[in-house]
Amino acid sequence: MVVAAKKTVAGKTAPKTAAKAATTRASARRSEKAASVLDFTKEQDLEAYKMMLEIRRFEEKAGQLYGMGLIGGFCHLYIGQEAVVVGMQLALKQGDQVITGYRDHGHMLATGMDPKGVMAELTGRRGGYSKGKGGSMHMFSIEKGFFGGHGIVGAQVSLGTGLAFANHYRDNGNVTLAYFGDGAANQGQVYESFNMAELWKLPVVYIIENNKYAMGTAVNRASAQTDFSRRGASFNIPGEQVDGMDVRAVKAAGERAVAFARSGKGPYILEMLTYRYRGHSMSDPAKYRSKEEVQKMRTEHDPIEQVRARLLEKKWASEDDLKAVDAGIRDTMNAAADFATNDPEPDASELYTDVLR
Amino acid sequence: MPTEILMPALSPTMEKGNLAKWLKKEGDTVKSGDVIAEIETDKATMEVEAIDEGTLGKILVPEGTQDVAVNTPIAVILADGEDASAASAPSPQAAQSAPPVEAAPLEPSPVAASAPAAPAIVNSAVATPPQPAAIPEPEVPEGTEFVTQTMREALRDAMAEEMRRDGDVFVMGEEVAEYQGAYKITQGLLQEFGPKRVIDTPITEHGFAGVGVGAAMAGLKPIIEFMTFNFAMQAIDQIINSAAKTLYMSGGQVQSSIVFRGPNGAAARVAAQHSQDYTSWYSHIPGLKVVAPYTAADAKGLLKAAIRDPNPVIFLENEILYGHSSPVPKLDDFIVPLGKARIARAGKDVTLVAWSIGMNYALKAAEELAKLGIDAEVIDLRTIRPMDTDTILASVQKTGRLVTVEEGWGQSGVGAEIAARVMERAFDYLDAPVLRVFGKDVPMPYAANLEKLALPSVQDVIDAARAVTYR
Ligand SMILES: Cc1ncc(C[n+]2csc(CCOP(=O)(O)OP(=O)(O)O)c2C)c(N)n1
Ligand SMILES: [Mg+2]
Repeated sequence: MVVAAKKTVAGKTAPKTAAKAATTRASARRSEKAASVLDFTKEQDLEAYKMMLEIRRFEEKAGQLYGMGLIGGFCHLYIGQEAVVVGMQLALKQGDQVITGYRDHGHMLATGMDPKGVMAELTGRRGGYSKGKGGSMHMFSIEKGFFGGHGIVGAQVSLGTGLAFANHYRDNGNVTLAYFGDGAANQGQVYESFNMAELWKLPVVYIIENNKYAMGTAVNRASAQTDFSRRGASFNIPGEQVDGMDVRAVKAAGERAVAFARSGKGPYILEMLTYRYRGHSMSDPAKYRSKEEVQKMRTEHDPIEQVRARLLEKKWASEDDLKAVDAGIRDTMNAAADFATNDPEPDASELYTDVLR
Repeated sequence: MPTEILMPALSPTMEKGNLAKWLKKEGDTVKSGDVIAEIETDKATMEVEAIDEGTLGKILVPEGTQDVAVNTPIAVILADGEDASAASAPSPQAAQSAPPVEAAPLEPSPVAASAPAAPAIVNSAVATPPQPAAIPEPEVPEGTEFVTQTMREALRDAMAEEMRRDGDVFVMGEEVAEYQGAYKITQGLLQEFGPKRVIDTPITEHGFAGVGVGAAMAGLKPIIEFMTFNFAMQAIDQIINSAAKTLYMSGGQVQSSIVFRGPNGAAARVAAQHSQDYTSWYSHIPGLKVVAPYTAADAKGLLKAAIRDPNPVIFLENEILYGHSSPVPKLDDFIVPLGKARIARAGKDVTLVAWSIGMNYALKAAEELAKLGIDAEVIDLRTIRPMDTDTILASVQKTGRLVTVEEGWGQSGVGAEIAARVMERAFDYLDAPVLRVFGKDVPMPYAANLEKLALPSVQDVIDAARAVTYR
């Protein structure tokens, strides 16, 4: 059963009530949690499990290749946040678009991009999605509706709004998901975009992945308003906070938001409460948070463990079944790593291609 | 099959590290994600997590071992049912390196196509910076003691000294306080000066640059750190429209004594959006001063001068130079005046003009040219605006030949400006056309081989110097 009561449309109520709604919502969220998520069927749980595990194993492999010096520069891993992109992807249809920042490997795999092509881009090889010219932060697949892969914090929010503008212009019924972080949510262009999106009723869902930190800065040290679901309030954009570690809750919220945007009502904000287990990038020692904090999230809220426990408890899968799933995924990721290791670097002539058309 | 755990690379530039501590012992079971060891790099202590599951079969590198090369096997993980004796079998999982790619012929390099074929000379660019021959600095009194410092330390000291001296000086930017700086340039400043003067901002470049300019208009002396200058593009409107123009527009009433600083230009493998050189962009703007130091001493003396300067100063650092050490004079108040170039190496045959990391190429090329009997004079421009044209002209009057070196793009680049000035004011002294060495006319690619090709090389400088000397 879906409880849609958590939606706030601030500007449409008196400011005082809106504020009150927001404070009660956080506690309401916890108590309603069990009821507010649409339970998954066996097939849905198995699919979500597989998709999330693929992302995790891919990222572990990428971390390993970075350690071996095969991947260079910045490499931002998505481990811990898998439920967000997987749940959202399950709410999309063919033709919808996705855009995000530099922490993009999970988003790409969720849209169905090939792990080989992504991994080969990480190692800077010719078989990578950008022929080796973009690297970890810059990949695209028009075929899968994935528009990057952007390195400038906040830029994807305006770009995503522009993709939605094109959908609106063409009246094609497609919706754009624009993902960004809690840190990115403080960039000015985010609010310029919010205003235009609501003004022109653009079909865009803004997904704020609140993983509690922007590099070394905890949200409360950078944000005056840490309830990011309310960041659209002054533009009358509805928003909700979602348990981003529970793939069912993400999918349910995603369906509400996407339906809203698709029906012509304009933008929608989803704040995903999530957590990254690793450092900001490979070279971040993450001294700004305690080991206990990380450990607690891992043991009590891990998005993959939650599904796994459910599958076992409901006897939808045995330990052996799940081991076999894992083994299959490990094989896929090893194959991707082999490809990314043995594929040649781009031809030197590629230096001058694709500058202009 | 047992899996070897290799010494990981933990940053784009790490080659070796110390194995500080084992957190698991032989025989312990490990799960993927368990922290098994701690490793120290020059910048941080990092944790190593297990990726595979099994039993820690054997520790190959004991804790306390220093300088373990990246990719050295440090331990062996055994899968279910394997025993430690299997661990001694060599593992096939050693580090593989990229299959080499034949270097295909490229477009002509930006230096003169007529350059004579050069003999094979070391071409690897910038790993070890050549030390400039010690030419006495006018700013340093005879007999001054020198200490060796990294540019990172020199920059930090400059800010700390100016903050001690003047309570109106404060630092603001992303991760400058609690994190101690994304590149550790502001290390210790929060501890000494507190959160009122060392301020972490949200990721809001346009906003905090504007806040900085406003504070400067009110008489404070902000140092605005951009995590890198790539992100200052968000803020460039406030830098140019507000900081650079207000003195003029107010008829001299409202000044902005403010420093915008941070790393500029290419680092290593961070691709197009994070690898741009903005020197010529800011160099274009009246109302700004633009500084780009190469040595630690210059970094310190110029930053102190920039902080005291009543004008907006763009202070362009370079990430690759942060860890390089060079001698810094031990003086209470060491200032290098803005707008003065430095002759880093005296010579008579050809003038090489560079700044910041471009000096690495120029000095290395000068060493190689000396072996060919070509005596190059190397000028470190240090300040790009106002440009010390006189020092360049005096040198060109002596050598009759000029080569400029920069990592940025050629079109409308700083080298183009220098060439134009020399043509206008010393045309009759030139014995050859001025040549420019610069980055290839493409966004920075990520792939290792392409990135190398995109940047200028020592060989490019040598070729250009030989072309202008007809040797
Ligand atoms: C305009 C800009 N400023 C600064 C940076 C450097 N930077 C990269 S990621 C990051 C933190 C972003 O945090 P958040 O938005 O919370 O996303 P997360 O990394 O947590 O996914 C910063 C400051 C950048 N890439 N672009
Ligand atoms: Mg974040």
